[in-house]
Amino acid sequence: MLEIRWHGRGGQGAVTAAEILATAVINEGRYAQAFAAFGPERRGAPVLAFTRISDSEILLRSQIYEPDVIVVLDKNLCTMEGVSDGLKHGGTVVLNTNAPPESFVSTFPQASRIATVNATKIAIEIIGSPITNTAILGALVKVTGIAKMGTLEDIFNERFKAYAEKNVNTARRAYGETTIMERDV
Amino acid sequence: MKCAKTPLKGWKELPEGGTITEPGSSVLFDASAWRTSMPIIDHAKCTKCGMCWIFCPEAAIKVNPDGSYEVEYMYCKGCGICEKACAVKAIKMEEEKK
Amino acid sequence: MKKVGLSGNYAIAYAVKMADVDVIAAYPITPQTTIVEKLSEFVANGELDADYINVESEHSAMSACVGASMTGARVFTATSSQGLAFMHEVLFMASALRTPMVMANVNRALSAPLNIWNDHADAMAERDAGWIQLWVSSAQEAYDTTLMAFKLSEETRLPVMVNLDGYILSHTYEPVELIAEETVREYIPSKPLVNRLSPKTAFSVGVVGPPEYYFEMKYQAIDAIERSRMSISKITADFNRSFGRSYDDVYAYGMEDAEYALLTMGSMTGSARVVAEELRKEGLKAGVVSIRTFRPFPVERLIKKVDGLKGLGVMDRASTPGGPSNPLFSDIATCLYGLKDRPILQSFVSGLGGRDISLDNFRTMFKATKEAADAKAPKPCMYVGLRE
Ligand code: SF4
Ligand code: SF4
Repeated sequence: MLEIRWHGRGGQGAVTAAEILATAVINEGRYAQAFAAFGPERRGAPVLAFTRISDSEILLRSQIYEPDVIVVLDKNLCTMEGVSDGLKHGGTVVLNTNAPPESFVSTFPQASRIATVNATKIAIEIIGSPITNTAILGALVKVTGIAKMGTLEDIFNERFKAYAEKNVNTARRAYGETTIMERDV
Repeated sequence: MKCAKTPLKGWKELPEGGTITEPGSSVLFDASAWRTSMPIIDHAKCTKCGMCWIFCPEAAIKVNPDGSYEVEYMYCKGCGICEKACAVKAIKMEEEKK
Repeated sequence: MKKVGLSGNYAIAYAVKMADVDVIAAYPITPQTTIVEKLSEFVANGELDADYINVESEHSAMSACVGASMTGARVFTATSSQGLAFMHEVLFMASALRTPMVMANVNRALSAPLNIWNDHADAMAERDAGWIQLWVSSAQEAYDTTLMAFKLSEETRLPVMVNLDGYILSHTYEPVELIAEETVREYIPSKPLVNRLSPKTAFSVGVVGPPEYYFEMKYQAIDAIERSRMSISKITADFNRSFGRSYDDVYAYGMEDAEYALLTMGSMTGSARVVAEELRKEGLKAGVVSIRTFRPFPVERLIKKVDGLKGLGVMDRASTPGGPSNPLFSDIATCLYGLKDRPILQSFVSGLGGRDISLDNFRTMFKATKEAADAKAPKPCMYVGLRE
């Protein structure tokens, strides 16, 4: 079982990213669950979403307290208090930032892999708005290999219709521009 | 005076959900025994305005083809509302003679 | 068959579309809204040929459903929490007038304080409305149960409520195997129901039932839900055979040899099982029983499942303030009262207003159930996860 926690702000598509990843895993024949910590939804407010992935049926329905992976879609949330809460020892972090992975070691001391990508820049340049979810998905796939890029691209095509191509390009570019740092913990 | 006392049906015989499947079964309902006084229309005074027909709660007043109004006594319960409704006082409640 | 990723709400919307309903009357309320949102999309783009009646309240939604059902239409509605409460008086009419319909109730807490998250208070408050109440524990089960619900409702001429936990199931994406639309149409062919209102037939419905008649009329509805047990068993068995599923009115894990078990309803079931599996590895004979048909209550099945059990912890996700116990516990205690050898019952209330029931909470409940059983002395109801 692999558990992922997504941090974003309302409007960045964290919930959609969690759903797309789960859908990709399901389309590839494995089991997944995607859910969000729903609250009064407001653009800009911090949002939490979750994805659970497994090779067998997932019976668990409680929230995720000790994720294997933390994904942050918003620059200002990367060092927010509590962002690293519960991350498993040896876990993975994927961050939207223009800073190098090394600068987040103190925030995520338990992480053995820290990956960074300037998702905001890529999204603005290709999509024209700072919706960072598809860029961060590209980075996440590169770091973890959880799903195939092709599976994600099929879902983008189905889900984003007129914006499909731009999102595909965003995810591909982010995949290429992700910096990964590995360390012993 | 009729005093119908048919035995009440049990739950298995009653129509499901209390649906009344026979339309217009209320025409069989005789309310005449309820009456202690009865309305009498004075056709000489009647202006054929139809107010008694509108107000009668039992739909006991019927319109004839010539436009005149008449009480169907089987349905009339003797409430006297038609007497109050008649502006020209063409209806009088009189003692029930039955 | 290929699985797709769907939320519990969308799984229900697909079931309703495939069931080819004729009338949908609903008023949006969180967390139910995405069901009727999806259905209105299906109606608007022509994928579903149904009348979608926009109403100004849930009271009107349920009233419209009763009327539509009278005409022989296949009817669906969905609601949650305050919406279900607002339907309250009409729910009793739907069952006593014997109007088949299916309603998805996405379980949510009742105000105050205002809360859009999950618990079972809404459905428990309608326990006595005469509806068949089914409970599901996954998006797949939500889809399958909705399909079975149409068949069950039309066969018993009773309204059926399909309960799914708000957010935990309604908004969670997970794999769902959809049955081909043509197969569903064969499974529940759309045929107008008999004895119903139309411009050509004149019926009186909703008549007065004076003391000479009310009792008999009410008993008809009581008898109908009693007899629905047979329909439920038959429909479930048919469905299992046709579509390769394994549903039962009581879900059981490890009950063949369990000594201590938790009794749940809805989405709590899966997590309870995860903990039971873990405890079994540690040598404790743990089990889980989950009620899928809350009304009619599966008395006989439950008695069989708990046979030989030492302790049973009953998890209510609702409360009966001031009552001798909570709604589910009351029913279980009633079922087991007549048995000579009955397990010690320990009552729990947890997860109110969307409070997460963590695996630790489940461990605590198993432990407390074992302690109560071993000491042969249950504690008063424990409020698990409540801050002092
Ligand atoms: S007395 Fe009453 S019931 Fe009789 S005709 Fe007049 S209004 Fe109708
Ligand atoms: S209300 Fe009087 S005047 Fe009018 S129709 Fe009746 S009896 Fe005639």
